Amino acid sequence: MNDALKKEFEALVGKDNVMESESDRFSYAYDAAVLEPVMPSLVVRPASREALGRVVKLANDNGLPLCVRGSGTNLSGGTIPKLGGLVVLTNALDKILEINEADLYAIVEPGVITAKFAAEVAARGLFYPPDPGSQAVSTMGGNVAENAGGLRGLKYGVTKDYVMGVDFFDVDGEIVKSGSRTVKCVTGLNLHGLMVGSEGTLGVFEKITLKLVPPPLAQKAMMAIFDDINKASETVAAIIAAKIVPATLEFMDNFTIRTVEDFAHAGLPVDAAALLLIEVDGHPGQVADEAEKVEAICKKMGALRIQVAKDAAERNKVWEARRAALSALARLSPTTVLEDATVPRSKIPAMMHALGDIATKYKLTIGTFGHAGDGNLHPTILTDRRNKEEWKRVEDAIDDIFDVALGLGGTLSGEHGIGIAKSKYMEKETSKATILFSRRLKKALDPKGILNPGKIIGE
Amino acid sequence: MSDMKELLRQLGELDDQLVSCMRCGTCQAVCPMYAQTGRESDVARGKIALLEGLAYQLVKDPAGVQDKLSRCLLCGSCAANCPTGVRVVDIFIKARAILVTYMGLPTVKKIIFRGMLTKPGLFNGLMSLASKFQGLFTSPANDVIGTSCSRMLQPIIGERHFRLLAKTPLHSDFPSLDTPAGKSGLKVAFFPGCMVDKMYTGIGTASLKVFTHHGVGVFLPAGQACCGIPALASGDMESYLTLVRENLAAFKGGSYDALVTPCASCTATIKDVWPMLADRMSPSEQEAIKAMADKTMDINAFLVDKLGLTPPAPAAGATVVTMHDPCHLKKALGVSVQPRTLVAMNPNYALKEMAGADVCCGCGGSFTLTHPEMSAKIGQQKRDNIKSSGAQVVATGCPACMMQISDMLSRNGDSISVKHPIELYAESLEGRKN
Repeated sequence: MNDALKKEFEALVGKDNVMESESDRFSYAYDAAVLEPVMPSLVVRPASREALGRVVKLANDNGLPLCVRGSGTNLSGGTIPKLGGLVVLTNALDKILEINEADLYAIVEPGVITAKFAAEVAARGLFYPPDPGSQAVSTMGGNVAENAGGLRGLKYGVTKDYVMGVDFFDVDGEIVKSGSRTVKCVTGLNLHGLMVGSEGTLGVFEKITLKLVPPPLAQKAMMAIFDDINKASETVAAIIAAKIVPATLEFMDNFTIRTVEDFAHAGLPVDAAALLLIEVDGHPGQVADEAEKVEAICKKMGALRIQVAKDAAERNKVWEARRAALSALARLSPTTVLEDATVPRSKIPAMMHALGDIATKYKLTIGTFGHAGDGNLHPTILTDRRNKEEWKRVEDAIDDIFDVALGLGGTLSGEHGIGIAKSKYMEKETSKATILFSRRLKKALDPKGILNPGKIIGE
Repeated sequence: MSDMKELLRQLGELDDQLVSCMRCGTCQAVCPMYAQTGRESDVARGKIALLEGLAYQLVKDPAGVQDKLSRCLLCGSCAANCPTGVRVVDIFIKARAILVTYMGLPTVKKIIFRGMLTKPGLFNGLMSLASKFQGLFTSPANDVIGTSCSRMLQPIIGERHFRLLAKTPLHSDFPSLDTPAGKSGLKVAFFPGCMVDKMYTGIGTASLKVFTHHGVGVFLPAGQACCGIPALASGDMESYLTLVRENLAAFKGGSYDALVTPCASCTATIKDVWPMLADRMSPSEQEAIKAMADKTMDINAFLVDKLGLTPPAPAAGATVVTMHDPCHLKKALGVSVQPRTLVAMNPNYALKEMAGADVCCGCGGSFTLTHPEMSAKIGQQKRDNIKSSGAQVVATGCPACMMQISDMLSRNGDSISVKHPIELYAESLEGRKN
């Protein structure tokens, strides 16, 4: 980057908040996606929202590509910058501006950490349900930009269901306001809806208004063990058909069960073909009633065994096993590719069957676990990206996974985003017109194409 | 030596460990450096990416990478919380040594490690000389904590409040010991560590008193050297290997059930680091290291787990004590219950936990000398948590943490004393028959 422009950024955010050395820039060249790093030319860390707006304007004035980064936990390359572009960090903007207990909303800066926010809300006796796997480090800005999901999606929805408003900077650094603190609001275009899941391509978030709900008073967790994957997935459908919506309804295949057991010694049945981990929550009476019904359904659908957690410690044990799934799988091989193609929940048996065929066809190890209740499975490919021949097979397998998911009426990504990893598949799921429409929209809002170029819809 | 090819070859040997980082970024939640700066290059994921970048020639500036690597307390919070179990501290220790081989060791460190630390006779002599004259250029800062400060030494030690060297080091009072197992049927080899030998000698005498009380035999050989971690943390593999060899020689031929140290850092080094780097030594040395490492135990863990101590109920009006978990005890060795049990053995103390008891104190060995401002920032948070607990005493099983915490409390003018759990337990044996 030329010295004069660097000095201008220094004037905006302070010298200490501008990073230019090779080693500093390289540490912002990647995120959590398995993709090649790309070097930015400068990294800035605005310490105020005003400075953030000015940074956006200066980048646009100079036609400098800009990638906003929270904690860089993105799984689709959404926070990998453009070569020679600017990385803008939001992690200094980490203030919870308001938690309103009377009107059930909160206003946060984009760099607030998800788990810290959820804990602060819980301390006031309220509940912010979205719980993406990276919540201990992910930022609220990133969650909104990616429309992050989590384990509670089935009953409580995902990030988009909690965004009441977003104030954001347009490319000229002007604040655009959208949404409201009120439950109802039909004022103007639904611009905050447009911002959710826009992956930093349309605007830069200044602050976010989020909906809060009262927490459930009781929970009950259980584990159902099956000798047949089909029976497990039919059980999922039967639970929903009985008009019961569990807070979480998670699935693990045999490979994942064995791996977790090897790693965590949680007492999982290693010869089971599949496990369902189920939790119902709500009013104590309702919880008792629903837990009983779910247990009966599992039995009727052919579960070999059902273990109901008797207390908080046992409940914790159930969820520890689920939380250990990714770590346990990831320890088996140098590279872990975590996919999140999603299908209508009735198609889970077909999807599982196809995943088995794909693993055989490409001679790969795939462990599958995930959110059975909402059809969002995480086939996890265990590989070594340094092995070029095997890596080619992995890429081909991913292509096949997407083809199958789309063939079953599913979608490319349930919760990880499109970024640069999946942008080439976009047209397969949507249409040429969809891509063109999206590109025209972006062109109108961002004529110079500085906002996270290349993400979602290519360039 | 500045051979790029050799640097790449050595980094290549780390490749299998580097590749196991899946860049999830979970380490950001627990890194004390990152909490202060919010900079990716300060957290484990960033440093691992940089090492990988250097190994694959995507990063061209080894000096820049070395600088980032030095900005780490080696506290191991990242490793303890890593979902995929990346051996972060092992990687960083090896990488620091590789980069020093390429870039060279700074002259000051050469003088300290190769000229003094590796020569225990000379090192002891210099320290004992310093202890005689230190009164001339220091003045007392805090009576409760027992710290001093120094205007004259300010260019070297900054604004620190520090503990003076002991008038006589432990090895002068106890040059060597070899007593048989008593009623416990157990015998320990005792490795006091440099700071207990030269500064916190009270921890050494308290340890010996407790061993005697419980009928534990003690093998304390002369000629013990530093465990090696200060040299190694600075990337000086040569001095580190010399120190390990000196210790192997000192403990050779001793027979004991456990090798016990009252210093969390020494314990973690002997138990984890020595075996990790044993492949650089001869087969017979490797065997000796394995034998020693297998028997090495933290003193709190030894007393509680091997002797089965059961604490009494606290007395009325007991002094409130709060605990700090040294990183090298809790995160490296999984020892956190035993120091609390040991403190509870003295009914005159009642435990009250502080917030963030297991968050790093910011010392990080020589980190506090090379990055004093950052070290003090992290230390200030620890101090604030200690203060808010309302305790009159803070106890911790690591002399390095004790030094850092004393400095921070003293600079804030607090009247809170800093003790090792073994000192508090030994107090309860005062006046009691051995």
